[in-house]
Order: sequence, then structure tokens, then C-alpha cells
Amino acid sequence: MKKAFPILGLLTAVLLSYALYEALVVAPQEQTMGDVQRIFYYHVPSAWTAFLLFAINFLASVLYLVRRNPQTDRIANWVVMALAVLTCTGGYVFRSALPKDVYPSSVATTGIAIAGLYFLIRKYFSEQGTDILALTTAEVGVVFCTVVLVTGPLWARPVWGIWWTWDLRLTSTLVLWLIYVSYLVLRRFSSSGETPVLAAALAVFGALDVPLVYFSIWFFRTQHPQPVIGGGGSIDPRMLHVLLINWLAFLCFAFLVCWSRYRLERIQRDVEETQALEALLEPGGQVR
Amino acid sequence: MSYLYAAYAATWLIHVTYLITVFRRYSRLKKEVEQLAKK
Repeated sequence: MKKAFPILGLLTAVLLSYALYEALVVAPQEQTMGDVQRIFYYHVPSAWTAFLLFAINFLASVLYLVRRNPQTDRIANWVVMALAVLTCTGGYVFRSALPKDVYPSSVATTGIAIAGLYFLIRKYFSEQGTDILALTTAEVGVVFCTVVLVTGPLWARPVWGIWWTWDLRLTSTLVLWLIYVSYLVLRRFSSSGETPVLAAALAVFGALDVPLVYFSIWFFRTQHPQPVIGGGGSIDPRMLHVLLINWLAFLCFAFLVCWSRYRLERIQRDVEETQALEALLEPGGQVR
Repeated sequence: MSYLYAAYAATWLIHVTYLITVFRRYSRLKKEVEQLAKK
């Protein structure tokens, strides 16, 4: 795995460079906004990456909480499977109740993807591993969310004539960022043994804001542009191609950063454990 | 055009700043591991 990291790093650097070239040179110029529209190729993939990382943080936090008791762990497994089945069938049964442009297949795919991710994390991460994964994804997610909050106003100023407005999409994104910053502050400055549990509970509630941010422009009239994919929106196929390449590049980059940060946190915890043991074994510090 | 370059530059500034903090944590940890190994 150690050898794979530099190779993946190099491939990601090449992909990011190619994505930048596509965004600045290859993508067609938007007619009304001009070149400033190209901010979209960094703003939207950063937002999607942040949402994905917060979703992983949510699942890891749920797993950390339920794994503390074998019985709740078993119940949670059945609940996740039931939810997956429900989303697969429910979308088709209640087709008429679904909002416009929300297809039963999209609901089913989302349900299966979330359940699959839950069981993947459960299989490959220990109890402590899920805690570290939650911390890592929250930290990298906040970085991507910061990019969204910085690039958004830089696009809004020339297009709207203002840097910021308190509409639902912008405000809920800011609230999302604040929730995860408080999560990181809690983890950084609290030394209580219950910190991971408190942080996991905060993350579970914090994740409720993600669907609100995502669907705010689907169901409400906001100043923020309406969705370009789903929700009644449309996009030039060449622009979509560039958007997806940029998202892939940012996903690879986020994966590598999370991987490094995960390994760093594991070593940090091992060192802290060794130091604590050493302090106990020092003369005068022995446990009787 | 300046807003476009400002947005792209800001994006990479944020990512690079974060990577520097991760690298600094790694360097500090490496020193701690070396000190533990000496003991």
C-alpha cells in the first residue's frame, strides 16, 4: 500500500492538471456570464465532494455509536438493510408522491449506495477505525466546504453584484460549515474520554443539514442558481463532461488527503498510547 | 476574468494551507516517534 501512494499521487496530480486545462481552455464559454462561469467547475465538484465526505462521516459516526453495544449493532444492521429494501421498492410504489425530476431509480440507487457504504465501512474499519475515519472525513470535508464558501461569493460579486445574500442555500451551507467546525473544535479541545461519543452524536445531527443544503434549490425559490443536473435543470454536454472530470479529480485528491490524514491519526494515537504507558512505568508512576 | 483567477487561486491556497498543516503535524509526530525509539 505504501508503494501505491506515490503512484496514485502522481496520477491525481496529472488528473487535476488535465481537469484545470479542461475547465479553463476546453469548456465552452457561457453566453451571459462569460469566463466567470468557469468558477462553477471548481465550486460544484468541491460541494459534491464535501457532501460525500460528510455522508461518510455520518455513517462512520453511526457505526461508532452502535458498535458500542453488540445488540444495537445487530439491530442497526437490520435497520440499514430494511431501509435499503424500502428505498428500492418505495420509490416505485409511491412514484406519484415523488417530486418532479426525482426518479424511483435515483431513490433506489441512493438507498443501495448508502447501505453498501455502511457495510463496507463496517467490514474494513474497527471501532477505533470508524472514529478516526469520522474525524478524517469531517476535517477534509470542512476544507472542501471552505472552498465552496470562498468560490461562491467570488462568482456572485460579478454576476449578482453582491458578495453574499441570506438565502436558504447559502445560509444552510454556512450552517453546515459551522456545525463541522464545531465538531472539529470539540475533538481538538476536549480531553474527556467521552469526546468521541459526543462528537459522533453531533455528527449524526449535523448530517441532517446535508440534504437540506442539497435539496434547498430543488424545492424552494432561492437566489442561488437552480440545479443543472436534476431538479428541472439542464447543461451543455461539453460542460457536463468538464464538470465530471473535475469532480473525479477532486474525489481522487480528497481520497489521498483522507488516506494520509487517517494514517497520521493512527500513528498519533499509537504514540499517545505509548507515552501514557511510559508515564505509568516511570519510577513513582507505577500502578499498584 | 480576475474573479475567475482569484477563485482558482483561493481554492489551491486553501488546499495547500491544509496540506502544510498536515505535513507539519507529520514532522512533529516523526520527532516524537524518534524520541520514543531512543528511550
